[in-house]
Amino acid sequence: MAKKMHDTPMLDKLESGPWPSFVTGLKREAAKKDIMVDLLGQLETSYKTKKGYWKGGTVGVFGYGGGVIPRFTELKDEHENPVFPDAAEFHTLRIQPPAGMHYDTATLRKFADIWDKYGSGLIGLHGQSGDIMMQGCTTANVQPAWEEINAMGFDMGGAGPALRTSMSCVGAARCEMSCYDEAKALRTIINANIDDMHRPALPYKFKFKFSGCPNDCVNSIQRSDMATIGTWRDNIQVNEQQARDYMKGHGMDKLVNDVISKCPTRAITLRNKADAVTGDSISTVAVDDQHVMQIENHDCVRCMHCLNVMPGALLPGKDKGVTILVGGKSVLKIGATMGTVIIPFMKLESEEDFEKLNEMSRNIIDFFAENALEHERTGEMIERIGLVNFLEGLDIDVDPNMVNHPRANPYVRMDDWDEEVEKANERKAAA
Amino acid sequence: MAELRAPDECGVPDPMPFMHPTLRENYGKWVFHSHPKPGVLYHRAENGTEVWTVKFGTARQLDGYTVRLLCDLADKHADGHMRFTARSNVEFMVTAESKVDPLIKELNSHGFPVGGTANSVSMISHTQGFLHCDIPGTDASGVVKALMDELHEEFIKCEMPNRVKLSTSCCEINCGGQADIAIIMQHTKPPKINHDLVANVCERPTVVARCPVAAIRPALVNGKPSLEVDEKKCICCGACFPPCPPMQINDPEHSKIAIWVGGKNSNARSKPTFHKLVASGLPNNLPRWPEVAAVVKNILAVYKADAQPWERMGDWIDRIGWPRFFEKTGLPFTKYHIDDWRGSRTTLNASTHIRF
Repeated sequence: MAKKMHDTPMLDKLESGPWPSFVTGLKREAAKKDIMVDLLGQLETSYKTKKGYWKGGTVGVFGYGGGVIPRFTELKDEHENPVFPDAAEFHTLRIQPPAGMHYDTATLRKFADIWDKYGSGLIGLHGQSGDIMMQGCTTANVQPAWEEINAMGFDMGGAGPALRTSMSCVGAARCEMSCYDEAKALRTIINANIDDMHRPALPYKFKFKFSGCPNDCVNSIQRSDMATIGTWRDNIQVNEQQARDYMKGHGMDKLVNDVISKCPTRAITLRNKADAVTGDSISTVAVDDQHVMQIENHDCVRCMHCLNVMPGALLPGKDKGVTILVGGKSVLKIGATMGTVIIPFMKLESEEDFEKLNEMSRNIIDFFAENALEHERTGEMIERIGLVNFLEGLDIDVDPNMVNHPRANPYVRMDDWDEEVEKANERKAAA
Repeated sequence: MAELRAPDECGVPDPMPFMHPTLRENYGKWVFHSHPKPGVLYHRAENGTEVWTVKFGTARQLDGYTVRLLCDLADKHADGHMRFTARSNVEFMVTAESKVDPLIKELNSHGFPVGGTANSVSMISHTQGFLHCDIPGTDASGVVKALMDELHEEFIKCEMPNRVKLSTSCCEINCGGQADIAIIMQHTKPPKINHDLVANVCERPTVVARCPVAAIRPALVNGKPSLEVDEKKCICCGACFPPCPPMQINDPEHSKIAIWVGGKNSNARSKPTFHKLVASGLPNNLPRWPEVAAVVKNILAVYKADAQPWERMGDWIDRIGWPRFFEKTGLPFTKYHIDDWRGSRTTLNASTHIRF
């Protein structure tokens, strides 16, 4: 039994309504734990005054330099004593989930038990970078709680100027759009660079994210410094039975309005069977006895729209791989930037392929570590130095897939034009 | 003090031991999916194996009782496994269609809303707010709870033109991320500086360097080293606050809530887009933010009525144009909607493409 609850008239109003209420959850823990009684007291005060009352600090675990988010209350009385002393320390342990956020119930129950014993009982599943957030822990309990979590085979996540916890989509585990083994790629890269997560020494945060296809369900282009996104370079695969089923269920108007006319590059045509064209780059599928749908795959940008609307009827090609984009980040400080293409396509199947991706990731982190200013993200660094300097630093060849369009202004020195033309011709010859 | 145990630097756990056995056995072998009804996904593997996924919303901040309740339900219905989505929804996988309805019934009986699939309004991705953030202008979990109460029907029904992703962020750093509709705290006044604390708390060159518009400079105030802000230059972004809490940017009265629309991360149809500002000046009206809910619901209603199937919020606005968006939603277009940050000229209309 915990101490008496504080009155929380504002928070009480968040207990009604159809959506699950976090306040009801906090109160259930408060019935057992003083730390949660006082957390509710401080939260209610924030609701009244519209002010936050946490400050950071330095709390960690033995052997690591990051992963704990320290929170000390700033809500003090006139004698500098905390108004809500039992929640004066309310730290969070960031724990990396299994790739794809799969759990068995034994594991989740163990987390709940550990957090009953050492923490507030409140677990956030998951934070915006994908961490399991074990929230609400005193400084004294951080180390013993961590030791039990670590003994389960779970490791701490990232915080501060460090490699951050990563995310991958459900991918190959349950999605026909998956173009590579997302979980394997995530684990290969993060676990090879784990030292940079646990001992923050980078200019600023660095995030990897892994999406199995261009639907990008983990938002890697906007939210990661290096995005690895599945794609393919041969023809879209077709399944006639599924295509006919779609047509039967939806009709010609939906096929035209929802699929064909929404193709962003007008790569799809509907033809009478007799007028069907042939060619190595064309996917053809009959949708009924009279019509075929044809996709010119050279014009297709792998946007996923038609595959999304006609699942199973259209599937990614067989020659699968990934596109790599670098430099996505949120607002601070130059404005939000999206990741941009640095590798239009690479295979990601054999052990050597994964090793190549791993090496490139390490090189990018190293380049970032050596060239970014303090508190500068990769996207800001690239904006400052220019993409070409970044590519040359990493020994990556230029490719027209890296730009929306070529330079539109003449303000550039081009002393080495002839040499660069030579290189371009060599690349063409080698391809 | 007891001897400290060195960490086992084990890294990201292998998902295979945690994964539902049917997913594990068919890893990389799925060929088809469909959406039998709201909250339910059907997947088929190349060998004919079938799996049904039931998806439902949570409060994200889960107490021990809820975690254990989820475990009990997963043990009873879903072979003891579950997974979480990037938006804090839970997915239970079952291997027979007959198991779907009893599971939904029991989830509903415990207050878990089943939905969030396909063309629904999914759970709002959000930040930590007053609960745990050190720089929040408002709460996050509360905003989400209040809004999801209002949008509950859209979560469980899947009647939108395409999927709708929402986010909330308790300051302009926008940790909640890009979204079809983003609800973001917007500061409107320069920071009030607590000069007594700056010298002890802040590394002044770091704070000066953080400012995107070079509005901060070192100064001597009352004989103590401190900082001063050129208030005419200041854009009230709050970037100085994290490295220097005495730069009080949060203002209970003047920090307002802004609404941004049309962001998407998928490459489907158009390239990924950032959300754009459409409304601001909304009060931070705890605990239920009715003014914010009204604007969000209005935008959703207009989108729902006007967009074509498969058009995301941004696709729809691309088709009808921004003037029509403001006209249809009734939101006022002001000089503050015209960007003047770097690169802003590319956001201006350099054509005669005008809809009448």
